[in-house]
Amino acid sequence: MKMTENALGRKVPLEVPGVGAFAPYAGPFATINALNPFSGAVHKVRTAQRGNKIAASIEEAVKKSGLENGMTISFHHHLRDGDAVMPAVLEVLQKMGFKDLTLAPSSIPDAHECIADYIKSGLISRLYTSGVRGRLGKLISSGEADIPVVIRSHGGRARAIEAGQISIDVAFLAAPACDKTGNMSGSSGPSACGSLGYAMTDARYAKHVVAVTDNLVEYPLAQNISIPQYEVDQVVVVDSLGDPNKIATGATRITRNPVDLRIAYNTFLLMKASGVVRPGYSFQMGSGGASLAVSIYLEEYMKNKNIVGAFGLGGITGHMSSMLEKGLFRTLFDVQSFDTAVTSSVASNPNHTEIDSSWYANPFNAGCLVNDLDCVILSALEVDVDFNVNVLVGNDGVLRGASGGHSDTAAGASLAIVVVPSFRGGICSIKDSVKSITTPGETVDAIVTERGILINPLRADLLESARKAKLPVVEIHDLKAKIEEMTGIPEPIAYDESKVAAVVEYRDGTLIDTIYRIK
Amino acid sequence: MDKKIARTASAGTVESSDCLVTVSPSEIFLFEYSGPNSTAFKKRTDTLVRTTLEQYGIKQASITIQDQGALEMTVRARLAVALERATETTNEE
Repeated sequence: MKMTENALGRKVPLEVPGVGAFAPYAGPFATINALNPFSGAVHKVRTAQRGNKIAASIEEAVKKSGLENGMTISFHHHLRDGDAVMPAVLEVLQKMGFKDLTLAPSSIPDAHECIADYIKSGLISRLYTSGVRGRLGKLISSGEADIPVVIRSHGGRARAIEAGQISIDVAFLAAPACDKTGNMSGSSGPSACGSLGYAMTDARYAKHVVAVTDNLVEYPLAQNISIPQYEVDQVVVVDSLGDPNKIATGATRITRNPVDLRIAYNTFLLMKASGVVRPGYSFQMGSGGASLAVSIYLEEYMKNKNIVGAFGLGGITGHMSSMLEKGLFRTLFDVQSFDTAVTSSVASNPNHTEIDSSWYANPFNAGCLVNDLDCVILSALEVDVDFNVNVLVGNDGVLRGASGGHSDTAAGASLAIVVVPSFRGGICSIKDSVKSITTPGETVDAIVTERGILINPLRADLLESARKAKLPVVEIHDLKAKIEEMTGIPEPIAYDESKVAAVVEYRDGTLIDTIYRIK
Repeated sequence: MDKKIARTASAGTVESSDCLVTVSPSEIFLFEYSGPNSTAFKKRTDTLVRTTLEQYGIKQASITIQDQGALEMTVRARLAVALERATETTNEE
């Protein structure tokens, strides 16, 4: 593989065999600010007969879809670990004798270990995803599952689909509520999951769309149509879309872990000191312990100061929809609902808007919502002294995470805060150089730990505000040295740099890093 | 005042950031180290175990450490307690 060095000094391939050519990362806004080098793909028009589109079975729908070996299929991951649609369709495709397919889902739930088997069987020979975890991550990192893997952010995937770099031939979309013409919604039915934001992009651009539902409703589906009938070719009715207990995870409780609570409080103090929490501000937070806990402090402060935010964005948690109900935000833009506490809000609150992934985070459209974010709180597996963030590779060098909207929101938000405990699992979270760059340090304004706040030297204004407010600001090298006195420094991981396990695309389509196999 | 391993004893837990140390009687020195950090801290823990046993004057023992991401000081403390529980002084016999 011919490698080149990108703007962050990371070696990345110029071409991934079986996938195509890539440009090296040149800076967070270099490609956006340059003339758009991609031309839009031309999409085929299609026609349909009047009447219903019901196919008798998944197999029947596959036959009618025109799927052939070598083509690209997609799925969404809104049903989380409860999803049974991806395994069911892959099983049918395997039985029908398909091979050499590109699997391009919006992401892969942890539960889908079967994908590893379908890579070994030859059904899947290229994988485009937001992340990989569990057994699949181990097999890719060890080289046992030996296929090209491209990791993309949620905004990057929307961009790649619209620009034609991911050309979906058949999308199989789980539909918690669907009528006979394919109008579908995610917010009702026994497998309700809330927003279908990631599926909307697939429905719009795939050459053929198969809706898979366990809840065929009387025509027409009346409320909250996430995906309209004119984008859907066939509808298959199955007994169940999956395990309702794993689809419908209850609202995540606020953590009682004192480390996470300290991080959350430090984060709140930094937000307050920066002046970002003001009437009309916009905000996104993750679903992790520390990130979620920020909302306790934020909520109290906003109530006391009569602050109403303009919008909450992103993966929406029950805590965000509760803040909407209390009038603390005017609206929510929801690309993915994190827990079922959100589903009823999507279904019934007119100010809770379902958005597609392009609207959310695509850098190559006329303006995505992340560009209007005032503040985002993000998690990390590890960070480095240049403020780069890794959310993909664990301490053992194995793939175990997802890019998600991390790099998109960090680039868009005025204040991007990364929350991370100073050490985890006996290893310091601050490294000289992260194992893999998901989000470039240039787009990260601050890192907050339980032992102090680290501010990017590029943000002198933020440093001054934090110092004025007497916040516990620490220099990143100093904190790293202090933590390492306690943890020691782990032995370096032995990678096989002649073997690429996965390439990591930045949101603009350039390659920001390469993940190698471990020896 | 050499000590000998009289019985199997353990200390610690398999909670995250802790370790479970088990010490058993054995004819020879055996050391088994597992867990997420067992590659990253292989040398460090190996040295820790050998020097601790030397301090105790123990040559024959089977030591198993399931490391769930413990700090070195945690491993040292757990190992010491497991050894205390597993040993009795030869003078007392």
